[in-house]
Amino acid sequence: MNLLTMVMQLLQGMVITTEVFVLTLLFSLPLGLVVSFGRMSKNGLLRILTKFYISVMRGTPLMLQMIVVYFAPYYVFGVKIASSYRFIAVIMAFSINYAAYFAEIYRGGIEAVAVGQYEAAKVLGYNRFQTFFKIVMPQVIKHILPAVTNETITLVKDTSLAFAISVAEMFTLAKQIAAAQTTIMPLMVAGLFYYIFNLAVAAGMEALEKKLSYYR
Amino acid sequence: MKLLEINHLKKEFDGLGVIKDISLSVEQGEVISIIGPSGSGKSTLLRCATMLENMDGGELIYHGEKAAWENEKGGCTYAPKNDLKRIRKYFGLVFQNFNLFPHYSVLKNIIDAPMSVDKISKKEAMERAEKLLAQLGLTDKKDAYPYQLSGGQQQRVSIARALALQPEILFFDEPTSALDPELTGEVLKVIKELAKEHMTMIIVTHEMQFAREVSDRIIFMEDGVIQQQGTPEEIFTAPNERVKAFIGKFVG
Repeated sequence: MNLLTMVMQLLQGMVITTEVFVLTLLFSLPLGLVVSFGRMSKNGLLRILTKFYISVMRGTPLMLQMIVVYFAPYYVFGVKIASSYRFIAVIMAFSINYAAYFAEIYRGGIEAVAVGQYEAAKVLGYNRFQTFFKIVMPQVIKHILPAVTNETITLVKDTSLAFAISVAEMFTLAKQIAAAQTTIMPLMVAGLFYYIFNLAVAAGMEALEKKLSYYR
Repeated sequence: MKLLEINHLKKEFDGLGVIKDISLSVEQGEVISIIGPSGSGKSTLLRCATMLENMDGGELIYHGEKAAWENEKGGCTYAPKNDLKRIRKYFGLVFQNFNLFPHYSVLKNIIDAPMSVDKISKKEAMERAEKLLAQLGLTDKKDAYPYQLSGGQQQRVSIARALALQPEILFFDEPTSALDPELTGEVLKVIKELAKEHMTMIIVTHEMQFAREVSDRIIFMEDGVIQQQGTPEEIFTAPNERVKAFIGKFVG
């Protein structure tokens, strides 16, 4: 196998990797906000439940969570697992896992917004929805961006965990090729691709931070 | 006409009576200063009147509309949400720490609430804002962000923001306490101009000279009650023992 064929194969894996990355963010970012609301709720039961959820998601390996999500339909419900479910299982596991981390990041950001901002909004007559989305959230986003960048970069690398249930993302392919061709080359190239991917992510986030630096 | 009526207001924090029994009524066009030592309940009174704190007893009435009243259990019942929403339009509040929205420009700080709360057109909101900015000497700052302004400018913006909603009463909670003496003057000047236009205002302040000049009535509060109230003349020329001791510290 020449280098070009190998790179082309890895790039195909990269498409899956990117899909996992994008879909996970798409689901976990809003889900995390919902979880953070639960975590800060006035309802004690809801607060305890979300706290427990977060502690389980953070306290157990993502790979284990993914395998549980993948095998649960069969072992728990006796449903036959279709091969297309693999990818769905990865997205589900990643989304609920990252939502827990994002929830805590949101909570930190929301709690950092000064009480005076809420009071000013209240006196001016903004309703709760407007107060949150017009006044609070923009300030939260600016505040949490560095922490979100960290998580996002971790996510890029975590996508490689999908190899555990044989989803053909880049790392799975790199490992297969490496084993078949007895060369470390595909792993090196995959490493380079991850690195470039993360450079792009970091640059994107930095641009966003810069965009939000118009105020303090 | 009475714009605001507070009857037998009580407020406790952790069982500690911060406001014991305060009644106050405010007529159209009146300027009232509330003075008194720290911890006397001045700010709490303002926060109860603006419904940032829930009262533990008494009545709150704006324009004859009851916002809160005492129930049988000895607490306060507040009017339904929609009534409160309407009642909130009667007043505005200027905070000690400005509480401007940092992500909005000066102009946006002023036009956003009229547009998104009162649903007036952008054109009308802009006209109001331009007028206020000119009046408060901020026209050249309209595109600046709060962090780029001095404390005095920020406080003037927050006055403009409150006025943009055209309230009938404007409350000030120690509007100059976060400012150095140099910047205090420019904010006090704005308030004096508003007084000249007969804006109804209730001002919690430590600026004795200012209170004396601007007010129709001065209320001296201590330990959660009104110790003495009257015209500036009465308060400053014939103060009771306690008021005398307090004012003496300022006037010397």
